[in-house]
Formats: sequence, C-alpha cells, structure tokens
Amino acid sequence: MAAESTPALAGSPAHAADGPAAAGPSARGPRAGNTVAYLRYVAGKLVGAAVSLLAVLVTGFFLFRLIPGDPVKFMTGGRQVSAEQLAAYRREFGLDLPLWQQFTDYCGKALTGDLGTSYQFNTPVIDKIGEALPNTLLLTGTAFVLYSVIGVALGTRAAWRSGGAGDRFHTGLALTLFSVPSFWLGLMLIIVFSVGMGPIPGLFPTGGMESGNAHGFGHVIDVVHHLVLPVITLVAVQYGETLLVTRSAVLDEMGSDYLTTARAKGLRDDLVRRRHAVPNAMLPTMTLIFVNLGRVVAGTVLVETVFSWPGLGGLFYEALSVPDLPLVQGLFLVFSAAVILMNTLADLIYPLLDPRVGR
Amino acid sequence: MTTDTTTTAPPDPAPSAPRSPRALAWQRRRRSVARFWRQYRTHRTGVVGLAALVLFALVALTAPLTIGSDVQSVTEAPGRPMEGPSGQFWFGTDQYGRDLLRLVLWGSRVSLTVGLLAAVLSVAIGALVGITAGHFRGWYATVIMRVTDWFLVMPTLVLAIALATVMSRSLSTIILAIGVTTWPTTARLVRAQTLAVESRPYIERARALGGGHAHIMSRHVLPNVMPLVLAQTTLGISNAILSEATLAFLGLGDPTITSWGGLLQDAREAGAVSSGHWWYLVPPGLAIAAVALAFTLCGRAVESVLNPKLGVAR
Repeated sequence: MAAESTPALAGSPAHAADGPAAAGPSARGPRAGNTVAYLRYVAGKLVGAAVSLLAVLVTGFFLFRLIPGDPVKFMTGGRQVSAEQLAAYRREFGLDLPLWQQFTDYCGKALTGDLGTSYQFNTPVIDKIGEALPNTLLLTGTAFVLYSVIGVALGTRAAWRSGGAGDRFHTGLALTLFSVPSFWLGLMLIIVFSVGMGPIPGLFPTGGMESGNAHGFGHVIDVVHHLVLPVITLVAVQYGETLLVTRSAVLDEMGSDYLTTARAKGLRDDLVRRRHAVPNAMLPTMTLIFVNLGRVVAGTVLVETVFSWPGLGGLFYEALSVPDLPLVQGLFLVFSAAVILMNTLADLIYPLLDPRVGR
Repeated sequence: MTTDTTTTAPPDPAPSAPRSPRALAWQRRRRSVARFWRQYRTHRTGVVGLAALVLFALVALTAPLTIGSDVQSVTEAPGRPMEGPSGQFWFGTDQYGRDLLRLVLWGSRVSLTVGLLAAVLSVAIGALVGITAGHFRGWYATVIMRVTDWFLVMPTLVLAIALATVMSRSLSTIILAIGVTTWPTTARLVRAQTLAVESRPYIERARALGGGHAHIMSRHVLPNVMPLVLAQTTLGISNAILSEATLAFLGLGDPTITSWGGLLQDAREAGAVSSGHWWYLVPPGLAIAAVALAFTLCGRAVESVLNPKLGVAR
C-alpha cells in the first residue's frame, strides 16, 4: 500500500522545493561576477550543516540512553526467561558492550545508512522508516502545500487592506485557530464528522489511512477520504503562522516609494500587489516555508496519533513508550536531518533571491 | 502586571528639590510605564486579552476556596459516571462521576503555573545566552551561538517529548522540558539587540570609567533588552500552555494532577470520542484555546507598543 501511494505524493513536496530552485538560474545571471563569493558562502553553510548533523548524531545516541526501563525485559514480554537467554538477547543487540563501543558502532553504522534493528518489530529501523515515510509525506505534504498557499494568499490580502473588516476577520480567525490545540481540533472533527452528531451522519472514517478492500482508483478515493479530516486539522492550526508572517512582511513594504511609482505609471492595484509588493515581501515568508518544509518529514506526532495515521510521528510516539531505542534514535536522526537540510537549502537559495543576503 | 500602573500614572509635575539618582531613576521608570500603559490601552484586542487573563488568574487563585482540592478525589465523586450536562453538573461528569465544571476550573491552576514558569525559564535562558553572546565576542560567542543554532533546528516537540520521557513524571519535568527546548529564538533576538546596544557610545563611556563586564551587562544592556524580553515572555506563555496540554495529552504529565491536557487524555481513554460525548471534550479544549489566545493578544499588543512598525490591528 505504501508503494502505491508513493507516486501520488512524490509530486507535492518536490514541487514545493522546485519553486524557489527554479527561480535560481534567472536570478544568478547578473551576479556571475560574484561566483567566488557565493561559493565561499555555500562552503561555509555546508560545513555548518555537517557540524549540526554530527551533533544530532551524538545527541540522538546519548539522550535516549537515559530513558528508564530495560529494553530486554520488554523484548521477552514478561515471560520467564533464563539468565542465559537474557544474555543472548543483550549480545544480539550489542547491549553487553561498554557504552563508548556501542557509540562508535552506532556512528559507523549510521554513516552507512544502517540504523540498527528495532527491538519492537525485529526489523531493520531503516525499513520501518521507509514504510512510514510515504504516508507521512502524503499527509503533511498535502497539508503543507494547502496551508502555505492559503496563508500567503490571505496574508497579502489582509495586509493590502490592513485595518479593514477583512483584515480584522482573517487576522482574528488565524490567531484563534493558532491557539487551538491540534489534537483537540482533531478529536472534535472526529466527533462531529466521523462519529456523527445530531443530524450530521458519520461522513468520514475515524482514523487509519485505508479501509483495505478497494483497489486501483477505488483505493485512491479511499485514501483521499481518510485524508480529509487530518489535513483539515493540520491546515487549520498551521495556516495562521504563514498568514501573520506574510501580512507583516507585506505591511513593511506598504509605504515604499517603488509602489507609488508603480501606481503612478498606471498599473492596476491588483498588479501592483502581485508584481511589485509580494515578490519583495516574500523573503521572511520563504524562511518560514522552508522551516515548515523541514517539519513535513517529522510529520505531526499529535495529529497522526489522534487519527491513527501510519506515519513517522505516530511511530515515534509508539517507539518512545517501549522504549525501542534504535527506532527512536533513527527517527530522531531523520527528523532533525530533514530540518537541517531544508534550512541549509534555504540559506543557499536566499542570496539568489535577494542579493543583499550573504554579502 | 500593568493594571496597578493607573494609580501611579500621573507623574510629578515639578520635583521641588533635587533628588538622589535613585529617586530620579524610579521617577523615569514610572513615567515610561505610564506611557506604555497609555499606548497599550489603545489596543482594543490587547485590553480584551488582558481582561480575560485577569479573570483566569482570579479563578485559578481562588480555586482552593471556591472549589476545594477534594474535586480531584475519585472516591468521593458527587455524580454518576459520564452524565451529560444538567442543572446540577453544568458540564456533565467524567468517567468517575466527578464534576467536570469544577475539574476544568481547577485545571486552570496547572496550565497557568506551567505556562508562566516554563516561559520565564525559557526567556531567562534565552536572555542570559543572548546577552553574554553579544557581550563577549570571540570563541565563546561562536561556540554558544552554534549551540543555539543547533537547538533551533531540533524539532521542538520531539525533543520535549523525549526529555519528558527520560525524566520522572512531574510538573517540574514538564516545565523543564518546555523551557529547555524553546529558548533559542529569544537568545537570537536578544543577542541582536545586545550587539546594537553595545555599539553605542555610552557603553564605551561606562567601560572607560571602569565598569566591569557584569556591571555593563546588568546595568546598561539588560534594561535596554528588557522590553524585548517582556514581549517574548508574553508570547512564549501561550506557546508553553499549548505544549503543556500536548505533553499531558500524550500521557507525559503528572497523572495525579488535574490539567486541561490531562482531562482530554482521560476523555479519550474513556471513549468519549467514539461514543460522541462532545460535552466532555469541549470545555477543556476551549479553555486551553482561550488562555493561549489571551496571552497571544497581550503579547502582540505589547510588541506593537514597543515596535509600532508592526501595524498590529487595534
């Protein structure tokens, strides 16, 4: 099922990443003379990212060693086992080695893409992550595209007519939804639209990703049907941040002379906004969008838990309660690496969008 | 915190005699607080938020008198389990037959305590790191800003969940987990402000007169970054309240203390979702949203008084 949903979602996050990257070559043109400076800037950012990744590797190992509870006890499931069997388990998972040796083993393996074996499922961690990743990307990727578009569109309009009824309504609504806990909104949506309340029948499934008996096109419809409520939840609690950042960025540009010039040469109000104000105001919004893009991989522990979505966030929470150390470590590594990579990507793209950055 | 300033608002028209530097400094501070309050008052949403906060604070502070701590007792529950809203129990009862209205009112104590303390802890760490990183340049600043950047890219909630799992289940764990994971934004802002302040001539003058590092940081830099710190704290509280509810909902809170997030977890475990008992879920969730929104409104009003360019709707 995971394989089937991959092509559908591969488009969405990749698309979003393509947007600013595609703008690169045209912006690079006039700056060809500064290539060396740009390359030095890139090298600095890449080294920084590498250091951050190493720090994550170290933290991931030591932080989760502190979790109380003996994993071997969990693996035996409370059965009566002999001391020899316990020792065999420890040997199998390398838990009998001294801590520093466990650490060097872990680092060496992690660099080759081997994240160990899950205690809980007894399968390689990397397989487990590979299984859940497409599901998470489908859910958070869809939500990411929707809330970014909605946030930017509403934010620019709110700023353009700032102080008006529309601005007050949208800013107020965004602030309110921003203050609502996502898990609560999810539960309320389940009660109203899945369980059914009063005259409203149960319109949507209560959780999971598929009903399991449909094939082909019917399967796609089924997954989309399961996707509706979690996506609405995510979009509702997330779009406010994008809206507010975009709004204040556009407001910063509002009094600028070049907007007066654009109006003076007879451009329609709509064009002044779209062609002149918005592109200049996009930098702070781009920062936020890249941060959010990094978070897409981490999914959302809460929404995935509430809707029993088989993604990485739900998996992380499940693994923590065991504690399934290799799985927790692996997920932590993947989550953090995604954010670091996206931030680095953003750093590399800024100078191409705005020549003032990175000088 | 600003309510009492109305009484001290009218500044002395003409000080009759020269006063000590200390008295002059206090007079100056009183005047700037009064000016702040006059501008704050013009932000209608900020005033609404502040009024809501005062109300919540009163409820939380008087809860032991009006409700009594026996509200949490499972054995002496007044009603039958899972009753719907009625004249006797306005919000219905939970699975033990406890009165939900009183539980929700009682829960405000945990949310406000954790929200305030976690935000103060987070902003205190952020301010300390930011000021020292801006004051001492060189390798110390490089190292500490690397650490800050590293914390900044960590998925905050994931890290807080991990910390809360690692430590024992208690309120202080939650406060620590939230405070320790959310300070980097403040640190960055405070450092930028510190760098701006330190480039001004009066810092050079203070140094020339023999002011040490501690003196310059606490007497000259800190008062200048204080407004920023204040705005950050107010905004941070709503974040901390949401995080507290989240951690409690995931079962990482103290199970013996009633909190809004904990009530929602209880509701979910009692099957309130599948049986459609919306009245169990609505009050705690709305309470969280209301308090978080109130703090956000106040924070935005404070921010826009201190930085009018933001253009926050009044």
